[in-house]
Amino acid sequence: MDGRAAMRLLSPAFFIPLAACAGRQSPLAPAGLQAEWQHWLLMLMFWVCGIVYALVMALLGVSIWRGRHRLAAAPETSPDDRRLSRGLGLWAGMIVAGLTILILGSFVVERELAGERRREALVVRVTGQQWWWRIQYRDPAGTGWIETANELHLPAGRTARIELGSVDVIHSFWVPNVAGKMDVIPGRANAIDVTPHRVGWFRGQCAEFCGAQHAHMAFDVKVDTPAEFAAWLAAQARPAPAPSGAAVVVTNGPCASCHTIRGTAARGRAGPDLTHVGGRRSVAAGTLPMSRGALQGWIAQPQALKPGTLMPAVALTGAQIDAVAAYLESRK
Amino acid sequence: MSARARRRVGDLSGLPESASGPRHLVWWGNIGFMLIEGTGFLLAAGVYLYLASQTPHWPPDGDALPALMWSGIFTIGLLASEIPNLWLLGRSRAKDVWALRYGTALMTILGIALAAVRWFELQHLGVRWDHDAYGSALWLLMVLHTTHVVTDLGDTAVLSVWLFTHEVGDDQFADVEDNANYWSFVVMAWLPIYILVYWVPRWM
Amino acid sequence: MSRLDETWADRPGWWGFLTTVDHKRIAARYIVTVVAMLFLAGMLALDMRLQLSAANGTRMGPQLYDESFSLHGSTMLFLVSVPVMEAMGIWLVPLMLGARNLAFPRLTAFSYWLYLGGVLMLWVPHALGITPDLGWFEYPPLSGPGYAPGHRADIWAQMITFTEVAALSASVNIAATILKMRPPGMTLARMPFFLWAMLIASLMTIFALPAVMLVTSMLIADRLVSTQFFTPAGGGDVLLFQHLFWFFGHPEVYIIFVPAVGFVSAIVEAFSRRPLFGHIAMVLSLLSISVLAFGLWVHHMFAVGLPRLGNDFYTAASMVIALPAGIQIFCWIATIGSGRPRFATPMLWVVGFIATFVIGGLSGVMVASAPLDLQLTDTYFVVAHFHYVLVGGAMFPLFGAFCYWYPKATGRMMSERWGIIAFVLIVGGFNLGFFPMHILGLEGMPRRVYTYGPEMGWDGLNLLATIGSTVSVLGGLVLVANALLSYWRGAPAGADPWGGPTLEWAAPSPPPPYNFEHTPVVTGVAPLWEHDDLPVMTGLKDDAREVLVTSVLDAIPLYRQHSPAPSIWPLLCALAVSAMFVGSIFTAWAILWGMVPIAVGLILWFWPVRGRATSGPLRARGQ
Repeated sequence: MDGRAAMRLLSPAFFIPLAACAGRQSPLAPAGLQAEWQHWLLMLMFWVCGIVYALVMALLGVSIWRGRHRLAAAPETSPDDRRLSRGLGLWAGMIVAGLTILILGSFVVERELAGERRREALVVRVTGQQWWWRIQYRDPAGTGWIETANELHLPAGRTARIELGSVDVIHSFWVPNVAGKMDVIPGRANAIDVTPHRVGWFRGQCAEFCGAQHAHMAFDVKVDTPAEFAAWLAAQARPAPAPSGAAVVVTNGPCASCHTIRGTAARGRAGPDLTHVGGRRSVAAGTLPMSRGALQGWIAQPQALKPGTLMPAVALTGAQIDAVAAYLESRK
Repeated sequence: MSARARRRVGDLSGLPESASGPRHLVWWGNIGFMLIEGTGFLLAAGVYLYLASQTPHWPPDGDALPALMWSGIFTIGLLASEIPNLWLLGRSRAKDVWALRYGTALMTILGIALAAVRWFELQHLGVRWDHDAYGSALWLLMVLHTTHVVTDLGDTAVLSVWLFTHEVGDDQFADVEDNANYWSFVVMAWLPIYILVYWVPRWM
Repeated sequence: MSRLDETWADRPGWWGFLTTVDHKRIAARYIVTVVAMLFLAGMLALDMRLQLSAANGTRMGPQLYDESFSLHGSTMLFLVSVPVMEAMGIWLVPLMLGARNLAFPRLTAFSYWLYLGGVLMLWVPHALGITPDLGWFEYPPLSGPGYAPGHRADIWAQMITFTEVAALSASVNIAATILKMRPPGMTLARMPFFLWAMLIASLMTIFALPAVMLVTSMLIADRLVSTQFFTPAGGGDVLLFQHLFWFFGHPEVYIIFVPAVGFVSAIVEAFSRRPLFGHIAMVLSLLSISVLAFGLWVHHMFAVGLPRLGNDFYTAASMVIALPAGIQIFCWIATIGSGRPRFATPMLWVVGFIATFVIGGLSGVMVASAPLDLQLTDTYFVVAHFHYVLVGGAMFPLFGAFCYWYPKATGRMMSERWGIIAFVLIVGGFNLGFFPMHILGLEGMPRRVYTYGPEMGWDGLNLLATIGSTVSVLGGLVLVANALLSYWRGAPAGADPWGGPTLEWAAPSPPPPYNFEHTPVVTGVAPLWEHDDLPVMTGLKDDAREVLVTSVLDAIPLYRQHSPAPSIWPLLCALAVSAMFVGSIFTAWAILWGMVPIAVGLILWFWPVRGRATSGPLRARGQ
């Protein structure tokens, strides 16, 4: 942890206010071990490259300043370049030294990112699809998987292995505050280890262009204390009570052909699991903040809010939409 | 208009109007296109090997291996065609008009025969291009090479017809030379592809 | 009218326009087409900037935005950057060699017509509403048959085939010309640096472009005849596409940048009034860049999950490119510092280039680091980086080159005052617009998003980016207006307004169709600075089109080569090839049947004009 204090000293002052105002999805405000190493490397690069740039500009300025006194029409065809050749050698040596520092720094960080961490592995399966994220945790109480969508909870101080899969095209899993990207590729099993340690809300977003709604393929990330995480996972494992009244359409109507609400007749697999949808922070993969109104709007006019989404507008009456939204909102 | 005075230091009118081999300009153009196509062959071979490395069995279980008979005849025939081809190359450097006319005619006939054998070879590859990635990679290499065989055959045929019906000049010797070099390229490109397509899957 | 004029002049009117093989006329139409494309791509960029200038922009929906960035990127990479470098080579190489034309004049014409085919291939379907919408690289499976129905992806892939065939033809032409048509005395050691740059860029093109032709053909095959190259279920692999695409895509950047290095060197040399410092070091740097460029493609794929050891290797290899690039920067600055520099507009562009490009180079070192790239790739940091490299590193030198050689091409001087205004607007606007994108990337903004929410806090910097880009586009309009007005109103330039060191300044401005009356003889790397008069050799025919062919290493005269006359067949062949390319989007049979007119066209193109045979079995009757 001492190394990380040193990193903060390296941080140029003008990055801090920027990081403060929009730090929920930024590598400048690391909240995990991997992101912190990358931040350290960024600062190393920033300083080395900044010095090089200043040197080049100084050389250019001096050259222009000195040259302006020698204005002449006749070209000099055989100048004496011995001093300049020595300068070139010195310059090349400086570049080699700078590159050595940066390459070594990269290797060190690469080793840290790849390093096996001796902790009990928490496995989370994340599946990208157009345009949302399916998220599954191994059930601590059994052998099955607990499913949710578009909201990833991670315990602080523990390394989680995120196993990435895609059912359609290439996506990229990116939670910059916690770690760098890993592409989500059909036909390939990729995984990324993340070790968050700062509790709070963060945001992840698909980083590989994946079609019409690439811009709205985000997810919320909550880093919990271990106790909070255990409680959250236990709550997620619980099934939902069946809806009543006009809301039954959600389990026996068109919604159920794509969505699952555990404990009810709704067992569709094409769309996100809605068992605890009301407890999530946002609707439609980061498109809208969660509220009953947002749910109503989303059910009534998905194409207006997220043009091209695979969620169809289904024929429900206003009363049915209200009832379904109320039921879903209550599914904390 | 130009202000600069000229000072004459030599005269070029005594130079010849043509040359052969690497002294000729078109020889270098020919090399340029061979480099492009050679890179294409190498990359296609890379595609084949890459896909092989991504699969536990190559060819995948259930796919038949490509048959050896027609491909063997084609390979032997192609190698044999290099003998008259090299003879023709030598005769065109020696500016032998008779050899130019009959040599290109012979190469045309050989080319047609080889294209026919290639047709049968393609019937016996054992897998369609749309069956799996193995079939796609196999057909990629075969189609690429067949295109080159047919292209050079067409070039040789047209050249032959022209040579029989027209007066032959210096440039035509260079043309036949370039055509013969290109055929050597087609022969040379085939050998690694033959080994890759017919023998590598048998060894793997 | 002299006999040389009569021999080399084109027929007047339309027929002359369609059949010309004059490298200067063909290069000029390349440039005009490129400027039109640059304008359209710039308008698309402004449109996108307006959409992103505030959160939740409503100017565009996702479809329109996706089409805009796809058209913008594809146009800039395939229809502007590469062709404009070829065009400059086509125009300049014979002039700098003291030669009468390129090695293969009809191939030059064919290159242009096919390039124009590529332009129409992308923009005519756009007018018809069939616009590619998956970016300038279209990864499967998103571009495969399952997720991209219709013909948008095919149009993109086939547009690439057009432009790449054109670029390959131009490269073979330029390389053969530089190797075999240098004037007597111009040994490789005395070859001006710009010619080294064009030679190296041409060779890189020859080795890099087959990869993209192959991969787009494989994509079309997957879509058209159900091959399984990129289908995981059929044993294919989606990353194969990325490997092949970037095996081309990384050298592509240098194919654009290396000629720009040539422009900068030519300008620095001419305006510093001394030969380029470190000529040999510069050539070796360029050669090492050209070799290294083929070993770096994986740094575009650090996030796909390849083995870490490979990432380490590609990190080191990518960063090492900073060494030759840094040496070149030093050589330019040293040339300025030890010379007698004159800061006319072309030289200002060099200063703007160094100040801007070095930022792009350094951010390139950052993204070359695999662990850091995992945070930076596919964000606006990368958008900023490649615009700094491509605009700052290639377009600024190009604008400088345009101002430098404009008097030679037109015989008129451009206005210095408006040149400086354009320079300030473009360089200032560009930096104002694109520097904030680095910070946007570090604040988490991914590229290729058509909108973002106000809660992300990205709107201020985006607005700044929009303002800067607008200023830059205005500067571009000033530059073009200056070029147009100067064409009629500029002061007469004379043959050598800048006191340039290389042979093109010995030709009249604008050069006549045959370029040089006599063959210049070269005694040094800056031939026009060696003597007050010009040593020449006579003896090339003036009543027939002839060019001098010399030896590769020492440029010893070997023979006089007949140079082909104007012909309609390059255009008709290009039309036949276009018909096949377009047809092959719809049916594979088009490839087979399309071969017939192409074969006919090529036969007639190369049909030598000679008398009927007087010997042999098929000799003409009655002789």
